[in-house]
Amino acid sequence: MAAESKIDPMHQFQISPLAGHLDGTPFVFTNSALWMLVVLALIWLFMLGGMKRQLVPGRWQVMVEGVTGFVSSMLATNVGPEGRKYVPWVFTIFMFILFANLLGMMPLALLGAQPFTVTSQFTVTGVMAIISFGIVLVTGFWRHKLHFFSLFVPHGTPFILKLLIVPIEFVSFMVRPFSLALRLFVAMIAGHILVEVFGSFVVSGINAGGVMGPAISLLSFVFIVGVMALEVLVCAIQAYVFALLTSLYINDAVNLH
Amino acid sequence: MDLASAKVIGAGLAAIGVGAAAIGVGNVFGSFLESAIRNPAAADSQQGRLFIGFAAAELLGLIAFAVAMIILYAV
Repeated sequence: MAAESKIDPMHQFQISPLAGHLDGTPFVFTNSALWMLVVLALIWLFMLGGMKRQLVPGRWQVMVEGVTGFVSSMLATNVGPEGRKYVPWVFTIFMFILFANLLGMMPLALLGAQPFTVTSQFTVTGVMAIISFGIVLVTGFWRHKLHFFSLFVPHGTPFILKLLIVPIEFVSFMVRPFSLALRLFVAMIAGHILVEVFGSFVVSGINAGGVMGPAISLLSFVFIVGVMALEVLVCAIQAYVFALLTSLYINDAVNLH
Repeated sequence: MDLASAKVIGAGLAAIGVGAAAIGVGNVFGSFLESAIRNPAAADSQQGRLFIGFAAAELLGLIAFAVAMIILYAV
């Protein structure tokens, strides 16, 4: 690894305590908690500005109604009329992931703040994935009792094939929370590391001087601009994919297949 | 070969998986575009499936990235 490079791309994901320990308990107010509260405040402001229930909606109300309509139509097409019950949860994770991802992309370091991407922690995405998975399990066993296990047996499979397919389906079912959590957290980490590494190229290119140094800096900077545009797209896609896969899993639990 | 250089080589080899996922993601969107141009009326209804395919293909690349990171920082 580059020995003289002082920029550590993993430093931005470090969780550091902001307030001290509470009477010796392990509960600490960290920078992760702070940014979660910021995300919550932003979502609250966004929703508050749009929930006016005017007959002729203003711009802000159209924006909010667009998001809510998007989530409820996603559940309506994937789950059917039963899907309305699950709109609150899917809407919650969609908004939280979208806002947390986009807030992590903001160049807040220019203002002196220490930015932190909440969704770049496996614990955060893991808890959301486990809750999604728990909803699927509870709904499935509540509605279908032990019939829920027929999820692992596709209709009309010959007996010999069942011996093979049931374990595969079981594993693919059990791996769902991991894949949900891993996808979001690794996508966020990868994007931020990429931007950070090429940012360090800009700095060290200017420091190196000569003709080649600034040229490499300029190339890296242009590359960063492109990557940032791609990252904003990835932020939205990851939020959408998390919500979409959750609604598909809920569909499995509600309707079997 | 000492452990440090073996680690770096291993992480580099793990990065090949990211390229393979790039082929997969390109395949998903390329095939979608190809068929969407043939039948634009049916394209919008398949958007959900497009992103499911994208998510599945992308996940494997991200796992390769996670393996590289584990080799570099955690082992």
